[in-house]
Amino acid sequence: MNKLKILINGLIKENPVLVLVLGTCPTLATSTSVKNAVGMGLAATFVLVGSNIVISLLKKIIPDKVRIPCYIVVIATFVTIVSMLLQAFVEPIYNALGIFLPLIVVNCIILGRAEMFASKNSVFDSMLDGVGMGLGFTLALFLMSSLREIIGSGTWLGIQLYSGIQPMSILTLAPGGFFVFGCLVALVNYITNGKSRKKQKKGCAGCPSAAVCANAEKGECNA
Amino acid sequence: MKEMMIILVGSILVNNFVLAKFMGICPFLGVSKKLDSAVGMSAAVTFVMLLATAVTHPIQRYILDRFDMAYLQTIVFILVIAALVQLVEIILKKYIPSLYQSLGIYLPLITTNCAVLGVAILNIDEGYTFAQALISALGAGLGFLLAMVLFSGVRSRVDAATNIPKHFRGLPVTLIAASIVSVAFMGFTGVVEGLFK
Repeated sequence: MNKLKILINGLIKENPVLVLVLGTCPTLATSTSVKNAVGMGLAATFVLVGSNIVISLLKKIIPDKVRIPCYIVVIATFVTIVSMLLQAFVEPIYNALGIFLPLIVVNCIILGRAEMFASKNSVFDSMLDGVGMGLGFTLALFLMSSLREIIGSGTWLGIQLYSGIQPMSILTLAPGGFFVFGCLVALVNYITNGKSRKKQKKGCAGCPSAAVCANAEKGECNA
Repeated sequence: MKEMMIILVGSILVNNFVLAKFMGICPFLGVSKKLDSAVGMSAAVTFVMLLATAVTHPIQRYILDRFDMAYLQTIVFILVIAALVQLVEIILKKYIPSLYQSLGIYLPLITTNCAVLGVAILNIDEGYTFAQALISALGAGLGFLLAMVLFSGVRSRVDAATNIPKHFRGLPVTLIAASIVSVAFMGFTGVVEGLFK
């Protein structure tokens, strides 16, 4: 039961994108089509699970003072692996994700989970947390990209859904990304009745370095 | 010279890192509440972008490419940037305390800013020469500054508004304001071709 809780935590209650508001850059950039968004989500999930397992295995060896650089090396290794795999087997997605594939390294969800979960919990729990958080990220990307693709280009997963109506192509451009994301966060606020908004404040949300920032531990950002 | 101007203006206005390429969104949303902290953060980002490009560009050309190790790019770049930021922080603290006072608090936040790693990798992908890469990094930094300053102005008005629907308060309305600022930046599409023809 407890294990199930860890897995589901990242999916809904602490969804990294919609509740904790982490990893906004890849969310906005790759959610123009469902295919790219799911590709991005699964790539990040792979990195998250891999880095969580390795960091949890090494938690007693890594000295506390240099832990962040150590985590970054582990994460960067998995990012390199996943980008090589994508290039070899699904090149269209590799090309579509472009610069955002190496940028998974600085995705704050991954460093955040390493710092907050994997460095304190057992290997199996860390793996479950990685799967849950990764799928939560993928789910949020899937929702957002579905909205943007259906309204913005009239297709879903590349299948033509309607014709005759001009799709609102601005949703697939940069402004549409911010707009849809804003509406989704508002929707989550509505569903949770403001509970998630408190979490956003407490978690120093929106800050790229909640994991490394001393102020984040105090729960406030003076910047 | 003309080419340099195209790169500079293009990366400030047309391909603005925050509003068109979605890099550095986190500090854009997190640090844009007050004008002075927005300027401080942007100055630190510009400085680190220039420095990171000046270091990673030769590393790519003279070490990674020469020894056929381009696959190590991600690992090497992020470590170099992290070490660089740490080094700059130590040097500033010791020798220029006044600058450290104003930029110092933003420096540790920058290591995990995707705009810095992004500009370093993009400069390699675009095949820029060293000088072009530096200009592009400068443009990216100034574009970041422009977006931050403009948005902090918009945001002070948004935060003062009282008639926002309950569930849109806070982050959602900030994102929608960002969307409108981003529409304004879309107006610059094609401006570079028009200016330098």
